[in-house]
Amino acid sequence: MAEVAQKTEAAISTEVAAGTPAVKTVELTKRFGSTVALAGLTMTVPRGEVFGFLGPNGAGKTTAVKLLLGLLKPTAGEGWLLGKRVGDLQTRRRIGYLPELFRYQSWLSAAEVLALHCELAPLPRSSWKDEIGTALETVGLTDRAKDRVGTFSKGMQQRLGLGAALLGEPELVFLDEPTSALDPVGRHDVREIIRGLAARGSAVFLNSHLLSEVEQVCDRVAVVDHGRVIASGTMDELLGGSAVRVRVTGLTQADKNDLSSFGRIDDEGDQLTFAKLEPNRVPELVAAIVAKGGRVYEVAPRHETLEDRFLQLLEEEEK
Amino acid sequence: MPPILVIARLTVQESSRRRLLLALLVLTLVVVGFSAWGFNKITTVTNSQGQTLPPDQVALVSSQLLIVIVFMFSGVLALSAAVVAGPLISGEVESGLLLSMLARPVRRSEIVVGKWLGLAVLVGVYAAGAGLLELAAVEWATGYLPPHPIDLILYVAAEGLVLLSLGMLLSTRLSGITAGVIALVAWLIAWIAGVVGDIGTGLQNQALQNVGVVSHLLLPSDGLWRGAIFAMEPDTLIASMRALGTFGRANPFAAVDPPPTEFLMWVVIWFAGMLALSVWSFRTREI
Repeated sequence: MAEVAQKTEAAISTEVAAGTPAVKTVELTKRFGSTVALAGLTMTVPRGEVFGFLGPNGAGKTTAVKLLLGLLKPTAGEGWLLGKRVGDLQTRRRIGYLPELFRYQSWLSAAEVLALHCELAPLPRSSWKDEIGTALETVGLTDRAKDRVGTFSKGMQQRLGLGAALLGEPELVFLDEPTSALDPVGRHDVREIIRGLAARGSAVFLNSHLLSEVEQVCDRVAVVDHGRVIASGTMDELLGGSAVRVRVTGLTQADKNDLSSFGRIDDEGDQLTFAKLEPNRVPELVAAIVAKGGRVYEVAPRHETLEDRFLQLLEEEEK
Repeated sequence: MPPILVIARLTVQESSRRRLLLALLVLTLVVVGFSAWGFNKITTVTNSQGQTLPPDQVALVSSQLLIVIVFMFSGVLALSAAVVAGPLISGEVESGLLLSMLARPVRRSEIVVGKWLGLAVLVGVYAAGAGLLELAAVEWATGYLPPHPIDLILYVAAEGLVLLSLGMLLSTRLSGITAGVIALVAWLIAWIAGVVGDIGTGLQNQALQNVGVVSHLLLPSDGLWRGAIFAMEPDTLIASMRALGTFGRANPFAAVDPPPTEFLMWVVIWFAGMLALSVWSFRTREI
């Protein structure tokens, strides 16, 4: 009976909060002395969305997550998680977090670490066994449940951290570089886990600089550099254009510079990638290359990848 | 279980799993064993007439030797508390261990108080366990039991808690090794300052006496150690030292009076202040 009442209360609370976004920030700013780590971040992440927060190293991604989790205090601006102001203790019951710097008690077993997080969450004791079992199975550590974390590889510790972040079916999960220590199989598993979270309605805030990973799972992304959001939108909005890759020899640097009139060139020696070049301009491009004495071996039109767009944005930002 | 108790339990569990408790237990048993053998020798010492010492002299020698042994125990406890408390917070901040825990509905004050509580339990258990074992060994070897054994254990435990509290406060801001070293040096300086204060009493020099008083207020470890000494001294020894006047008070391994009540009240305030400072310092730290 008490459980029913508890569920009803939780359902009402969820219903009331359903209209509020998972994450909302207004001019969130963080300075460390004279260094601006985050410069006026304003964004909204709706509930149930997988949101990719992209940026090069040192762009301010981890700072943003730490500010949202109350681990850092903002210099200015405000933030809300699940409709409550950042720092609200009760809201943290509904949040999962895998830190970039993941470390767990080496003297505990994997199951004990998860039990500790169940206790701190706090989850009803009667649910611990199922929660721990499910989390271990999801991250592929069932066989190592009783082994001490001190004997785990970095990848296994990251999997354990991911398992801890999934406990209690959180409504919002922050994953800060969740695949930094994982092999390709592990990365695939993480993508599946993120899709699973989205399928059950949890919002995921994914911090990453692994663009292919973000491209595959995120509904929306924001690109941050030097503490500022330089672009944001859905994948379709960001990746509107197409690109053309040409394998060519016999071109001088001056020739390549002349060809930049066809679009931004990603120059990798014999491989030139022209960003935002429409397919109907390909014959014109090939003619121009041949006219300059270039020998064309391959022309491959393709859709612009997030990596193309990301590099373009950063280049524009540098200018 | 409330988060404070979860953190306290985790702290005790860590010491146990890392075999710190086992190491202390083995070392304590070795020291108690050797000291029992040594104390037993006191009863077999003979004077120039080939007679063993009378009971009052055995008690006197035993009390003095016990003070030295307990000084070592209190030193081990203070050093251990400082070394363990030094990285208590900073070590886990630097390693990232606290990141995922602080994202849970846990207050930073609960982390600080929980860790302090966990280590305080260990300090108390060690002081009581090692103290009772040593006193039982001395009693078995010589028949001598200090006049205030419970007070003795409480003073030694409180001295350990002083170092624990100082180390933990420093640990909220400084790296583990720096916090531990500063706590250790502060403990030694406080002890030396206490000796300087004794010398000031002997010489009736107010400035030197003040050094002792101020050091007892800033870091009450030496003041508590004097309480432990007083708890170990036979009444006859105290009476003879009192008869010596101020010179009887100029001895770092002797105490003519118990710590004043005002000082003990200050110790309680000091602990509360250190915990409050630690909580404030950690709450305002960015992680």
